[in-house]
Amino acid sequence: MTGIQVTLLTGRSLGQGRAKEHGKLSELYLQSVACCEVDAEDLKTIGVTNGQNIRITTEHGSVVVKGIVPTQTSRRGIAFMPYSLWATQISGSDTDGTGMPSYKGIPSVIEAATEEKILPLEELVQKSFSRKTSKKGRK
Amino acid sequence: MTEETIQSVVCTVCGCCCDHLEVKTKDNAIVNVKNACAMSTSKMLGYMNERLTQPKIRRGDKLSNSTYNQAVDSAARILAKSKSPLLYGWSLTSCEAIEVGVDLAEETGGFIDNTTTTCHGPTVLGVQEIGESSCTLGEIRHRADLIFYWGANPVHSHPLHMSRYSVLSKGRFRKSRSERTLIVVDVRKTDTAKLADVFVQIEPNRDYELLSAIRAAVRGDEIEQDEVAGVPVERIEEIAEKMINCEFGALFFGLGLTMSAGKSVNIDAALSLVRELNSKTKFVIMPMRGHFNVNGANNVMTWLTGYPYAIDFTQGYPRYNPGETSAVDLLAREECDSALVVASDPISNFPLQAAQNLASIPLMTIDPHETPTTLCSDIVFPSTHVGIEDTGTVYRMDGVVLETRKLVDPPKGIKSDVEILRAILKRLRTIRRLG
Repeated sequence: MTGIQVTLLTGRSLGQGRAKEHGKLSELYLQSVACCEVDAEDLKTIGVTNGQNIRITTEHGSVVVKGIVPTQTSRRGIAFMPYSLWATQISGSDTDGTGMPSYKGIPSVIEAATEEKILPLEELVQKSFSRKTSKKGRK
Repeated sequence: MTEETIQSVVCTVCGCCCDHLEVKTKDNAIVNVKNACAMSTSKMLGYMNERLTQPKIRRGDKLSNSTYNQAVDSAARILAKSKSPLLYGWSLTSCEAIEVGVDLAEETGGFIDNTTTTCHGPTVLGVQEIGESSCTLGEIRHRADLIFYWGANPVHSHPLHMSRYSVLSKGRFRKSRSERTLIVVDVRKTDTAKLADVFVQIEPNRDYELLSAIRAAVRGDEIEQDEVAGVPVERIEEIAEKMINCEFGALFFGLGLTMSAGKSVNIDAALSLVRELNSKTKFVIMPMRGHFNVNGANNVMTWLTGYPYAIDFTQGYPRYNPGETSAVDLLAREECDSALVVASDPISNFPLQAAQNLASIPLMTIDPHETPTTLCSDIVFPSTHVGIEDTGTVYRMDGVVLETRKLVDPPKGIKSDVEILRAILKRLRTIRRLG
């Protein structure tokens, strides 16, 4: 099955809010934020059932998270991810001259990734911010 | 064994700054909290989770334990060598700490920015352009009969907002839910929208068009299209009628407006709508600030520098130009040569490229907890929690100033943000004086 286009929103969820106060290195936090709410019909179109992994890709990057049917009423073509390091993997730094990146209304493609793993937070940090390839300090 | 019940505790999570919490402590630990929302309860009962307990300095690939004085000296030396350091965060600490932060930024000749930059920065730009018809949350609680949440989902982001300050609160003149009308505008039917009397489902990235159409309807102009932003014109005209005919309207808005296409011009349109409504009735507007002291950061930075965020001291005097001097843009263009992050987690929250550039420069963090930012840092200072282990002044989302309480003593050896920042500033000045 191929991917489908959706508009991605990132934002707060109560689960994300509770879990970030509990601790960002915790399993509770990972479960609360490494996910993407997608309308049930859209999940079906890409061949994924509720709770299976999906890959979400924008022009800025790609990340694997759990695809879940929204707890709040959804509509087809809209996907929602709570704020987190998984969400910012696919966000762009262009602020349109305002200082504010575009964290909502992002054109995205979602596809099944049922055989792929969600990277735990510390591994994601290691992969994204590897100090071996970093350039420390400026001359 | 000492037990104490502390009343009227100010919560230090979101911009609601609820001040009616009741906290029970026993043997210098919080054991129970009443009147708090789920986020606040999680913080109050989990404030010792994943706690940083020792300063650390990176040696090779690993962060190793260090003494406090070594960490202060190393941090001051990094700042002394930097030509364009970025001092970022500030929204989860006290006004007293932010004041020291501004002094430090001026001393370093770098940049200072707070989380407004990726949150309600466009709101600040809009307010500077148009002006803000506003009031305190108490006025809304007591008087408002029409309440909007536009691009905001308080059930999830500010769980006690509706019961403390709006439709579910008991006001002096509006005593119950039946005396208020709730209108929610959002791209999806959120849990907040399910509570609305009127839910307006808008197409993504079309807020400016809908706000403009409502403005036209309020003015009495005819709208030529059949629908705007996915909303039928008849519905737009009904909304405008409700707004004109209310006695006291309040429009709360969130990041659905600031982060979607248009950004600050969406806010211009919302502020203009409310300003125009005041020629017909009483109407106010208020951004739903996300952190408990982001408004404090704006206030302190404004009274000290003239500007609320995205401040550039590199010319020796404060300059302000969001889009140029704002943190994400500075990092994306690789213009900073070091960074000090205070009470924030930009490695998690900034777009990837900006975050990667942040991780690639000497990075120092002051935080109570382990976060992705501390994991990427070169120097880490453990700090106390404002409003739990230390007092401090904060500004609620409506600008009301609150004094937080100290509930328990901090873990041994952990210092406050104020102390750490003062120590770094003092050491930096000494290094500079000694050449």
